[in-house]
Parts: sequence; structure tokens; C-alpha cells
Amino acid sequence: MLSLTGACTVVIIGILLVILGYLFWNGARYLTVDFFTKLPAPVGESGGGMANAIVGSGKLLLLAVLIGVPFGFLGGVYLAEFGTGIFPSVVRYMTDLLNGVPSIVIGIFAYGVVVARMHHFSTLAGGVALGVMMVPIALRTTEEFLRGVPQSLREGAMALGASKARTIATVVIPAAIKGIFSGMMLDLARVAGETAPLLFTSLGNRFWSPGWDKPTSALPEMIYHYAISPYDEWHRQAWAAGFVLLTLVLLVNIIARQVLARTSHAG
Amino acid sequence: MSAAPTILPRSRVGTFADRLRAGDQFAYTLTLVCAASIFLVTCLLVYELWIGSALSREKFGWNFIFTSTWDPVREDFGAVPFMFGTVVTSLVSLLISVPIGLGAAIFLSEMALPSISDTLTFLIELLAAVPSVIYGLLGIFLLVPVLESVVVPVLKGTLGFLPIFSGPFYGVSLFSASVVLSVMIVPFIISVSREVLLAVPVDQREAALSVGATKWETTWQVVVPYAKRGIYGSIFLALARALGETMAVTMVIGNTPKVQTSLLGPGDSIASVIANQFTEATSDMYISALIELGLVLFAITIIINGLARLLILTTGGRVAK
Amino acid sequence: MTRRSSLTVFAALCCLGLPAFGQISLTGAGATFPYPMYSKWFDEYRKLHPNLEINYQSIGSGGGIRQVTEGTVDFGATDGPMTDEQMKAFREKRGCDVLHFPTVLGADVPVYNVPGVATDLNFTPEALAGIFLGKITKWNDPELAKANPKVKLPNTDILVIHRSEASGTTYVWVDYLSKISSEWQTKVGKGVAVNWPVGLGGKGNEGVAGQVKESANSIGYVELIYAAQNKMSYGRVRNSAGNFVKADLASVTAAAAGVEMPDDFRVSITNASGKTAYPIASFTWLLIPEVIKDKQKLDVITGFLHWMLGPGQKFTEALEYAPLPKPVVTKEEKAISKLHGS
Repeated sequence: MLSLTGACTVVIIGILLVILGYLFWNGARYLTVDFFTKLPAPVGESGGGMANAIVGSGKLLLLAVLIGVPFGFLGGVYLAEFGTGIFPSVVRYMTDLLNGVPSIVIGIFAYGVVVARMHHFSTLAGGVALGVMMVPIALRTTEEFLRGVPQSLREGAMALGASKARTIATVVIPAAIKGIFSGMMLDLARVAGETAPLLFTSLGNRFWSPGWDKPTSALPEMIYHYAISPYDEWHRQAWAAGFVLLTLVLLVNIIARQVLARTSHAG
Repeated sequence: MSAAPTILPRSRVGTFADRLRAGDQFAYTLTLVCAASIFLVTCLLVYELWIGSALSREKFGWNFIFTSTWDPVREDFGAVPFMFGTVVTSLVSLLISVPIGLGAAIFLSEMALPSISDTLTFLIELLAAVPSVIYGLLGIFLLVPVLESVVVPVLKGTLGFLPIFSGPFYGVSLFSASVVLSVMIVPFIISVSREVLLAVPVDQREAALSVGATKWETTWQVVVPYAKRGIYGSIFLALARALGETMAVTMVIGNTPKVQTSLLGPGDSIASVIANQFTEATSDMYISALIELGLVLFAITIIINGLARLLILTTGGRVAK
Repeated sequence: MTRRSSLTVFAALCCLGLPAFGQISLTGAGATFPYPMYSKWFDEYRKLHPNLEINYQSIGSGGGIRQVTEGTVDFGATDGPMTDEQMKAFREKRGCDVLHFPTVLGADVPVYNVPGVATDLNFTPEALAGIFLGKITKWNDPELAKANPKVKLPNTDILVIHRSEASGTTYVWVDYLSKISSEWQTKVGKGVAVNWPVGLGGKGNEGVAGQVKESANSIGYVELIYAAQNKMSYGRVRNSAGNFVKADLASVTAAAAGVEMPDDFRVSITNASGKTAYPIASFTWLLIPEVIKDKQKLDVITGFLHWMLGPGQKFTEALEYAPLPKPVVTKEEKAISKLHGS
């Protein structure tokens, strides 16, 4: 019986290896310099690349970080350092609620709040959607790592006359920063692969998208549209894009988790 | 977790002016506002869903969740085919992933050496980091052909008499979506179950072994039941994930709003139909119906998530993110 | 990273966000039917005017109608002309009228993937209606066999593939089916999205073509260029004169020949009369609000429309769309002047 459990593990590791292997093999095959430097070609013609999608993803993630990290981080500080009474519990519950909301519903939300009001699709709307998705995990990560800082550190600083704010800023946060940063990176990696909320916020763009108020393409969105199309050329580019996206996401995950593992052993 | 932070009584902290100068008040207000923003955003989300679906709710009322037509021409909308697809694919994915996931979790917590266990768990958690659209990509080009050429013929050969495996198989189907989902949710089951199993006190195991139980008997009859609640929690968590998955599902489910007995036929899920039709819904009622579907999905995932957290928290073991 | 280097990086990143000066971008969305044509046109137009970017997203005709009504895009595109109710809704929401501008002629073709059948199949109107109603379920059904006496049709189930979202390509298809089948007319009706009796949904023309390519024994309907570019088999359809016609430039042009073009350009040419006319052809339209407040955008749109009616029409044949008939071009040139600022 116990060997069956071993078999289960083997099956799952096997699936992981097949997924990674197949994707990397196909992706690497079709990765060209053009992919990184050219704009998409007209429909049905061969050639072209995804330069605009790569930049678009970068801009969307930048916005997501600018929106999601401050609220999440500072909210986490509140819960860990100031929170008493029933309000923090309510906030924690709402955070978990928000975390569990399917990304497509966040997309509907961003459409109603940003797109419908601005009267056009935009990078901003996509960034807002992704930013909102980042907040719950950013908040929980910050709270958890701040709570992990020993009380003695805080008391020591305050005994020396530092105000609460000063203690938090100069003692507590730096002590937890490694873990918080890694948690944020994991959060970012998760949001980098999200497609559903982009479908009706940033929409898509076959050209460059200067500024923040125009539609933009993004790597995951291109993968989706190209994968369901009948054009073999587009399928090849979808594999290449999948390779790039997955490599970045996995790299961030591996590095962040290693850092976290070492922090928890040391701390 | 350490003890609650020291909150000094007001008199010790100094007057408001003192706090202001020290920056404490500023810090307090700033962080409070940010925490409150979560509250506001969530309320705004519910508000948007409620207002957006108003037209549809007024027209159909509760019938919406009992009607199975989806007719944009006659503006007659019902949620049943999508609820059916969402629930069926999620449940079938659980049926596939729970036994395998639990088996792996048991192996990783009870059998494997800690270093191997940690490495393998690390790898398995990487599966959870793969974006949904990439699962969809692999689903279309790797999984569906494999299902078509190998798995489904075998299934039909052995279990083809069952109504759930009847009818032709065209690749995109409820079954394909379920299989993709099961790969996507198995890391959650493994991760959380392994943690709750590891959290079972050593004395429980030792007690069983000392009365002569074998390793398997100890595991299956003592350790696992002790961690039961947490394991159920992990299953609910995985279920909540599966219910909301959009991209991988929409790429392999077949996009057909129909209720049917066979898993091999095409279907549709709530998340999938919203992704497909939202930008193109031509009338206000059509959009409103889609937003109402979003509201239904939101409600379902909240309930399931809530149950999951409750179960996991009452066993001990960290809540998986 | 030092403070200075991180500031530099931050500044560089901000520059990505700065709008490029002198750059004018428009966004349009809608029909997938003419997507290859529009994508070629906007690419060519950009070569002539490098500071103009017209970004077109093919989300389906329903989306084009909806987004232009909401005002989230500068123009829409559809192969199913807007209904009177939709035009009224536009007027109420945006305070002005919406104008239809035909761009090219295209055709819906029945694509299929039947292993062992390499030749072009003949489809009678009854066969197509029967298949899509779910009444004809096997490839060797008598209705299909009698139109294809020399072909060995297999005894396999027909898998029907239709659109999963609101689509003008669908509109053209069901408009035709409604004309030739009273059962279809009453049971299903016509619209950009209908309640399909049978079949699987694919997203966009691209999705349907992709699905048919991947599924044996399937049949779907796509715009001609999607079948041609992907080297898929598509059949002949019997027209109202009784001839089996394959969709091509000549037969599509014949379908539009002699059409009475109304002033608002909304017209259906399915099941057209004419010995060589292809029965499932259609105009496709750009939907442009009559009033465009932004002067720059107004200039870009009028400029593009004039170019489209002139040099633009020369690009159509390479992509297997038929150019607009001369009388339509003349009428449309005059209509462009209806667009104005505030």
C-alpha cells in the first residue's frame, strides 16, 4: 500500500517533468531574435514577433506593483503592528475573500470601475485589475513576516526612546524585509501569468502602446489568442511566448522560495 | 507565531501632539487607511457585481439559476448549463486529483526522507506557479491529442457502457477540462495535506506502533484520521481554485452551453463563458446576465473558500496561499 | 543597486509610459470576418503615415457593435448590420447617429474535415440547414450523397462547429439559413448570436477554423480567407439559380452585382439571384459615429476611408476578398462627408 503512495508521487513528478520538458523543447525550438524585437505581422503572414507584448506585460506589472504593493504592505503593517479589536479581523477576512475571487470577476470589476468610466480600454485598467489581485497576498505576507520578528527587538528599540513609527521603520521592517520581498516577488510572478482580467481591460494591441490610456498586448493574452487560432505560425510564437513567460515565472519562484527557506531556517 | 504586539496604554504613549511629532499618528493613520482600502475594494466589488446584474436579476429573478436556455436572440438567459459545467469539471477534477494527491502527500510526510521530501515538495509547488494560460496551451496541443489517441479509447473500451463515457469524443470536452484542472489543483492538495500530516504529533504514531501496528496501519488508521479536517480543508481549497479557473478551462472545454450525461461531450463553465462573451455581448440585458453569472460564481467561491479556511484553521497547520 | 542607478532605472521605466509626441492612435474592434484585410490595411496605412496607429482587435461583430455603442473604441466593425433597435440604442447613448461604411465583400464558406474526402463537396441549402439543425447527423446522409454521387462519404457522425461568441460571420450564415429554411427561421432565427441546436463553439473565425482542423468529421463556417490561408477544404453551395458555386472573387462579386444599395448601406446579399452568384456572401462594414469630437481622429478616419476606397481596394484580391462594386464606392465617397466634428 505504501508503495502506491510512492507511485502517486512519481506520477506527479512525472507530469511536472513532461509539462516543463514539452514546453521548453517546443518553446526553445521556436524562439528567435525576431520574437523579442519585432511587432506582430499582419494576420496570416509569417514572421513578426511579440516585442510589444513583452513591453506591455512589463508596463502592466509595473502598474500592478505601484498599486498593489503599497496598499498591501502598509495594510500588513497595520495588522501586525497596530491592529486591535474587531476591525483587523474583518480586514483579514475580507482579504482572504478578495484572494479567493476568481480573476475573471476581478476583470469585470476593473471593467466597471475603469473602462466604463474612462470610455476606453487601457493599460491603466489592466494594471488596476492586476494590482487589486496583488493586494491580498502582499498584505498577508507582510503581516506574517512582521509578526515573525521577535518582540524583544521592538521592546529594545522602544526602550532606547524610539517612537513606534521609528521602531517599525528602522528595526522591525528591515528584520522582515527579506521574507516580505520574496513574498512580493512570488505575488508578482503569479500575477504576471494572469490572462482573464486582461481580456476586457487592456484588450490587446498589435502595435506599440505609448502612455497608459491605450489598449496594450501582454504575453499571456497573446499566448491565448495565438493558441486558439488556426495559424501554425501563430502556434509557434505561442510556444515561444510560453517558454519566455514560464521561464521568468519559474525563475522568480525558485529564487524567492530559496530565499524564504533560508530566512525561516535562520530566523 | 509570536505574541500580539505591545500596545502601550494611551497615557504611556504621550499626548496626541507628542504622537504627532513622533510620527506615530501618521504611521497609524496611513496604515489604517491602507488596511481599510481592502474593505472598500471588496465592498466596491460586490457593489459593481450587484448593480451590473440588476437588469438580469429583475427580469429573471431566482429562475436564473434554474433555467437552462442561453438564447441571446430572444434574450432568455439561464445559468444552469454553466453551473453544471463548472461543478462537474471541478468535481471530476477532485475525483482524479484527491486520491493521487493524498497518496503523494502521505508518501512525502510519512515515507520519504526529509531532504527528499522537501525537494520534491518544492518541485510540486512549482506546478502551482505555472500560469493558467500555459496549462491551456499544453492542454490544446499535448493533452487533448493524448486523450484522443490513448486515454479515451481505453476508457471507452473498458468503461464505455457507462453513460458518462458514452458518445463521440472530439477532443475539447468536459473530460479534457477536468483532467487539466486536476493537474492544476493537485499541488494544493499535496502541499496542505502534507503540512497537516507532518503536524500530527509524533506520540500518536509511536503509540500506534507500540501496540504492534504496521507502518501502513499507523498511517492510514491513526495519522490520516487525526489530520482529517485539514485534509478536507485542502480539498475545499482545491475545489475553490478549480471553480474559478478560467483560461485553461476555456481553451479545452468546447464552449457549448449544454447539460449532458456524457463527460466526453463539450460543455461550458461560468468563468469560461464570461471570458468568451463579455466584450461581445450586444445588449444591456446580455451583459447583465453575464455579470449575474459572475455574481453566482463569486457567491459559490466565497462559500467554498470560507469552509476551507474553517476546516484548515481548526486542525492547525498553516493556511496555504 | 545604488540609489542613483535605481533612480535611473525608474526614470527609464517612466519614459515607457510617456505618450510619444506626435503619435496618434485609434482603437477599433469588431468582426473577425475581415480581420486579415483590416490588419493588412492598417499595417500598409502605417507605412504611409508612420505617426498613425490604428489598432484593430478582432473580438467578433457583436463586440464591435457593443464597444462602439459604449464608446470604448473609436470605431467598430461588423458583418451583421446593426438593427434598428441597436441604432436607436446608439443614438440614446452617444447623442448622434452611427454610420455604416462597407469595406469589402466576403463570403462564408462551409469548411469541413472528413478523412478520406479530398474533393470539394456539394452542399444543397437543405443539407446545410439540416446539418446545423441537427437533423442530418451522418456524413453519408442521402441529402449529402445525392449531391455528391461520385464521392464515397463515410458513415460517421457529423460534428458541427459554430461560433461561441456574437459574430457577424454567424449573422451572414444564419441570415442565409433563415432565407432558405422556414424551419430554421422559426426555430432559431437570425442574429449575431443564436441558440444553436447542435455543435461546439470556437472563438472567432480563427477558433472555428482551428477547431475544424483539429477535429475529424467536423463541419463549420468561416470567412473564405481563413479556409484558404489554412489550406482547408471548403464546399460548393447551390445558389438560387440551381448551380453549385464555389466561393471566389468572381462568384462573390456576382452576388453583389446589381444590388440596390440603400442610403444607409445596410443590405443583405445572401441567396442573391444570378447564375454565378455565391449564395452566402456579404458586405462587411465599419461602424463610425457621425460626430467625432477629436479633430485629429476625425481627420485620420476620413483620410483612411478615402484611402480605403481608392488604393486600399487593390489589396483585397490577394486576400481573397472581393473589392466593392464601383457604384457603391461612388456612393460611399459622398457619404464620408457626413462625418463631422461637434
